[in-house]
Amino acid sequence: MSHDPAIRTGEHFLNGDEACAEGALACGCRFFAGYPITPATEIAETMSRRLPEVGGVYIQMEDELASMNAILGASSAGVKAMTSTSGPGFSLMMENIGLGIMMEIPCVVVNIQRGGPSTGLPTMVGQQDMMQARWGSHGDYEMIALCPWSPQEMFDFAIRAFNLSEKYRIPVLIMADEVVGHMTEKVVIPPKEEIIRLYRKKPQVPSNEYIMYETNGSLVPPMANAGDGYKVITTGLTHNEQGYPDMTAEAHEKLITRLCNKILLNKADIVEVEERELSDAEVVVVAYGSPARSAVLAIKKAREQGIKAGLLRLRTVWPFPEAEILKLAKQAKTIIVPEINKGQIVREIERCAKGNCEVILISKLALIHTPDEILEVIKNRRL
Amino acid sequence: MNHNEVHPMDRLIRADRMPHIWCPGCGLGTNFTCFLEALNQSGLDPDKNVIVSGIGCTGRVPGYTNIDSYHTTHGRAIPFATGLKLANPELTVTVFSGDGDLFAIGGNHFIHAARRNIDLKIICVNNFNYGMTGGQFGCTTPLGAKTTTSPYGNYEHPFNLVQMAAASGAVYVARWTSLHVRRLTNSIKETFAKKGFTFIEIISPCPVSFGRRNKLGEGLDEMKYYQENSVIKHGIDPNEADLNLNGKIIVGKFIDIDKPTFLDNQPKLQTPD
Repeated sequence: MSHDPAIRTGEHFLNGDEACAEGALACGCRFFAGYPITPATEIAETMSRRLPEVGGVYIQMEDELASMNAILGASSAGVKAMTSTSGPGFSLMMENIGLGIMMEIPCVVVNIQRGGPSTGLPTMVGQQDMMQARWGSHGDYEMIALCPWSPQEMFDFAIRAFNLSEKYRIPVLIMADEVVGHMTEKVVIPPKEEIIRLYRKKPQVPSNEYIMYETNGSLVPPMANAGDGYKVITTGLTHNEQGYPDMTAEAHEKLITRLCNKILLNKADIVEVEERELSDAEVVVVAYGSPARSAVLAIKKAREQGIKAGLLRLRTVWPFPEAEILKLAKQAKTIIVPEINKGQIVREIERCAKGNCEVILISKLALIHTPDEILEVIKNRRL
Repeated sequence: MNHNEVHPMDRLIRADRMPHIWCPGCGLGTNFTCFLEALNQSGLDPDKNVIVSGIGCTGRVPGYTNIDSYHTTHGRAIPFATGLKLANPELTVTVFSGDGDLFAIGGNHFIHAARRNIDLKIICVNNFNYGMTGGQFGCTTPLGAKTTTSPYGNYEHPFNLVQMAAASGAVYVARWTSLHVRRLTNSIKETFAKKGFTFIEIISPCPVSFGRRNKLGEGLDEMKYYQENSVIKHGIDPNEADLNLNGKIIVGKFIDIDKPTFLDNQPKLQTPD
């Protein structure tokens, strides 16, 4: 086995931001463009140190508008690319996340969430950008967003995010939070041959037969990179299969429907949830990111007190695990949703539960919930 | 029309996209031809050439060019092109966009890419207004000029683009008009051969919007104006190349220097695998 300086196989003690950078490198990311921002700066710092060691490029851009565009450009030239940020920068990235969706350019965007709106609370935790992740850029589209709860998952999800982005030709979001980004834990980096590293499907036809967005029955067209000789033509305008601007209702309907369907019809592949103690659960905590860590202890304590409690942890938040929530709502009497916001994902859960059970939000800002705070709600539920 | 006729530039044009969207008398057709001619004469492999634009009339150029072409968001062509170039240094990356796109909404990206000396070929078509949206004033509109949003005359000072490019660190700075086809073509060819952040401003007629509201006549009249009022002054301080509504147009090559690019300077610890 040859030594690959990009993959630091072994056991490490890393914070979530550093683990995320190592995951990206292990998956083949060789371009990072970013702008310093708390609490995501350690990702940029790690990339600035590590990318030159593996023949990659680190560039610190003038703002997050530019960072997002630079990674789209780099990916268009065939290099896996990533940026990282927090709320204020995420707002600026929205413009060109839309471009990435429209042009179908794979890339990964990491948001280490802090408190907002505006400059908000830079050094403290938040989950306040969850709906922005879904709807923040204008227009209709579907999004992929992963929610890690540990430094290990920061590493693992960086790899998964790149693989999903390459497979579905879409910017993929890692919606972490400050606690997960700054927490330091054991991270195991596997040997290179155990790491799945997908790369976009390339055209199989000669360049004169290449049609930019021809899908041939699949939902994801093969992608030619700049310099491959395929004479790429792409635009943020509504376009036809050839990639030419097409200002008709028909072209718009066809394009936007496909862009949505390539995600919606592949939910079985994209959506991941973790179930704990659900088989007989009457009260279920549905959580993602750092509050899910508190929920583990809360349901354990509840079980010790004879309450049939369980946990559903959302590893993928977008596309939303609709079927999983409906199934749970039919089984449980109560779903409890701890979030570090004023209630964002709880709205999706209420929508998907369709009135089959009681749904209770535990809203907390700037701090994670303690296990006892969740336990109290479990114990005091009405049903 | 004889469909068997082959235009000498056909290999570099997406002929199936013609006719283009540009207005009668617009300078873009000429400017576009100069770019294609320069690319043709340069001997560069078209497959290793990429063209990137933002939004606006000039932003439509890449869509008609038969090389890898990216029509990005408003103002963001330069950072997109930065990613392309740094990810694959073999590529020659041209940014072909308008004054509003590159210097108003995209101005910050321009000055920083110039400062970093990213190896990009920037061609800016300056028609002194936002043409695509029907002719509003922008950051290059001369004082006093009338547009749909400056009905009493523009009261903002405009940028001098060549001065800004030079001050920001561009290694090559030139200005021509759409009339100077031979000099413009040669200038573009020079930038293809030059390493680093290069900038060419093309003063270009917009008779349907800017020209009409400022009584500059038809496209041909504007070309005559360029002929009578352009003054070639190579090597002068771009600071002295200000433009105004009815004055002389100083053209020429103002800056041509060498310095290491971003890629030359970045740490090299290992070659890419």
